[in-house]
Amino acid sequence: MSLQNGSNGTQHRVPAEIDYDDPRTTRFEKVRAAAREDGVEIVHYEPQFPPKGSRVERRLTRTVSSLFLLSGLFATAFVVIYIVWPWQWDPGDTWERFYTPLLGLTLGLSLLCIAIGVLSWGKKLLPREVSIQDRHDGGAPESDRRAVGTTLGYMVDELGVKRRPLLGLSLAAGLAPVAALAAAPLIGGLIKNPHANNQMFVTGWAPIKGADGSTRLVRLTREDGTPIRPADVSTGGQMTVFPGIPGGASNAHADSPTLLIHLRPDDAQVARANNLKGTGKDDLDRSGYMYGDFIAYSKICTHAGCPASLYEQQTNRLLCPCHQSQFLITDNAKPIFGPASRALPQLPLGVDEEGYLVAKSDFQATVGPDFWERP
Amino acid sequence: MKRRKVDLKALPAKAGNEVEDRLGVATPLRGILNKVFPDHWSFLLGEIALFSFIVLLLTGTFLTFFFEPSMKEVIYDGSYTPLRGVHMSAAYASTLDISFDVRGGLVMRQMHHWAALVFMAAIVVHMLRIFFTGAFRKPRELNWIIGSLLFWIGFLAGFTGYSIPDDGLSGTGLRIASAIMLSIPVIGTWVTSSIFNGEFPGDIIISRFFIAHVLLIPALLVALISVHVGLVFKQKHTQWPGPGRTNTNVVGERMFPRYAIKQAGFFLAVFGVIAVLGGVLQINPIWLFGPYEAAVVSAASQPDWYVMFLDGSTRLMPAWEINIPIGNGYVIPPIFWPTVVLPGILVMLSTAYPFVEARMNRDNKIHNLLQRPRDVPQRTAVGAMAIAFFLVLVLSGGNDVIADKFHISLNAMTWAGRIGLLILPPIAYYVTYRICLGLQQHDREVLAHGVETGIIRRAPDGRFYEVHQPLSEDHEELEYVGWVVPKKMNRLGALGPAIKGFFRPLERPAEAPVSPGHPPVEPAPERREITAERREIESKK
Repeated sequence: MSLQNGSNGTQHRVPAEIDYDDPRTTRFEKVRAAAREDGVEIVHYEPQFPPKGSRVERRLTRTVSSLFLLSGLFATAFVVIYIVWPWQWDPGDTWERFYTPLLGLTLGLSLLCIAIGVLSWGKKLLPREVSIQDRHDGGAPESDRRAVGTTLGYMVDELGVKRRPLLGLSLAAGLAPVAALAAAPLIGGLIKNPHANNQMFVTGWAPIKGADGSTRLVRLTREDGTPIRPADVSTGGQMTVFPGIPGGASNAHADSPTLLIHLRPDDAQVARANNLKGTGKDDLDRSGYMYGDFIAYSKICTHAGCPASLYEQQTNRLLCPCHQSQFLITDNAKPIFGPASRALPQLPLGVDEEGYLVAKSDFQATVGPDFWERP
Repeated sequence: MKRRKVDLKALPAKAGNEVEDRLGVATPLRGILNKVFPDHWSFLLGEIALFSFIVLLLTGTFLTFFFEPSMKEVIYDGSYTPLRGVHMSAAYASTLDISFDVRGGLVMRQMHHWAALVFMAAIVVHMLRIFFTGAFRKPRELNWIIGSLLFWIGFLAGFTGYSIPDDGLSGTGLRIASAIMLSIPVIGTWVTSSIFNGEFPGDIIISRFFIAHVLLIPALLVALISVHVGLVFKQKHTQWPGPGRTNTNVVGERMFPRYAIKQAGFFLAVFGVIAVLGGVLQINPIWLFGPYEAAVVSAASQPDWYVMFLDGSTRLMPAWEINIPIGNGYVIPPIFWPTVVLPGILVMLSTAYPFVEARMNRDNKIHNLLQRPRDVPQRTAVGAMAIAFFLVLVLSGGNDVIADKFHISLNAMTWAGRIGLLILPPIAYYVTYRICLGLQQHDREVLAHGVETGIIRRAPDGRFYEVHQPLSEDHEELEYVGWVVPKKMNRLGALGPAIKGFFRPLERPAEAPVSPGHPPVEPAPERREITAERREIESKK
């Protein structure tokens, strides 16, 4: 074959100017000359199967073509499965469970078959070659650099800002507000005051002010809105409670979920004593926050805002599953391990005239993750 | 009627000329066809990222047809019965619909998620390859910076992506993200309420994350990836040192046809693997997590793997709160350091590294030849240190699961992470440095004395010694050229090449090396097909 003429590194004489119409020059010589135009020298070019139709070549050809056919088979299987296989969710149906895996498998195998076919075609059947290309690193020659530099410098001079300084000054002074003009609607529309309605410090537990100036305390409710009597929580038990206001259990009051715990009598004794002592970090008066043996803490972790909801009944610890901060329930929910630095806010508990648990006021400490201006 | 003759043979040339007259593309096209690429398996890691990005675009476009980026409350009425009648956001309901009520929607969703995981993994592995081989040196510093930015933008793409289904897990992630934003000194509350349009969670964050996830971030990714690949094209790929390979040339194959065909096959392979993953391995089963509720979380709620290191750093951080007693008092919460400051430092370190290394080595030369990691022990050791640091953080991101599965105290895991984060990186540095020196020394030893043959001889005076096969004919010490030194006899051709054929041999095996003491270093005998003989015999008949 003509391609072998220039192989194996033997330098074949190639005319400097190639005549593309000359029937004596082989096609490979033309290709090689074209590569030289781009600074590429094909130094080694070797067909993998010099004698045409050898057994290995035929075998490889068969393999590649059967891979392509197999790919078509899998693709057809994909389409058939996609259309006829039961696909609607049905816990009683075992066939339905295989719908997604079968789609993935047939699609994947179909693609992998073409991939392996194409790869073996390229790697095993096409000629091996080694080409060398020059890099031409380091950019343009000195003369070009000088030319660009001079042109740029001349352009700046042409503008004449040096000669007419007022132009430069007015450009800077006049166009800065234009930049602000472009930025203002983009950013301005997004800016929202974080302290509107004192929202960082108020939760759904704030007593509701009536139209006549009277205030009504907020009941502790379950997720479905039903109020809770002290007898509903057994000793050692706990319950997530929400403010008994419209939408109190929804995400609109994401800072309100609270954990109500019915402590055992001796733990309650300790907790009450510690309530009087305080955390040492703030000067809140927590006396009277507990109702009987009931104690309630904000469920929103003071570290990153996850619900600190894993309650260890035996050790009276509350663990936040996100970053493992641990709070001691019997000691003002002070953090005792992990990255949280602040105690969980405690909800002052009471009972209304109908015997339901209520919040005597909103949380007195800031609920949720810390921020710069928290007092 | 006279029929005009169409010369079919001349048609391509004629069409080509017509195109050229109008567009003038022949010369650049010749350059592209002739462009030479060096070949090595490690150069293909970046391609995995590129190809999985294409899969991400394809599957992601499909998902947008069905996803509803809205926090409007709806009551679920789809075919997944356990959640029927539950109040949830439209975003979560439409994600359930993609999973249960769109034919083939689940496989698309899972492929999208898997492609994202593969994308990030390929970026990290590709980055390690670039680092350890010194491919970031002049003139490629800019591409190194773009590449490390691509990691962080991919990180944001992933985070916004797994936040928008609004399931229990993604809502928890969003809440932590809001806490991270809140922790920024001075502007934290303003940033948070501006992004969430009020207090967490507000009612618009899903829509905003959605447009970031499907338009802003992908546009940025496409732009940066184009520049990244364009620069590789323009600056030409680096290559390993070797025979004929210099700092001023590229030795390899021309782009067409073999190289391009291999790339196409590789793309299909990556696509196929992601399709199998997406079909067979369940990922992010949001229907099990339920809709996001502020009061609900489950243990072992881990983010995607590329976010886990930040989760780990947050868990390990001691509760150091900084109070500034001015006025009512100001606070810098502990979460600020591991989630805002640490990523900032990491971005700066990776950006500055090429310049720091060049400065320390007083090196302003252009480097197109790669270095073997062992030849640059300091850099390799620094890289090992970074990997150790990263791994401790990733493992700490799952320390609750490790504690649970292996019955270790959770607090002990946290302490192990804290201590490990400080002492493991220096240990990794020292060990890696010594290993590099050892490997270097062994290379030099083989170049000086030859390959170990495994043949023990006894000298007349009773001494035992091992026979070495020298690499040069005249037993001279060879110079190290920065490439693999053969260290086993079969690398010298002494054992003959592997035999072709999968289940049964296609060739007659070469004669095994015979007498010890005379290892055959001459080239292996010519290969012959087994059937050639049979054919000869048959033809004789």
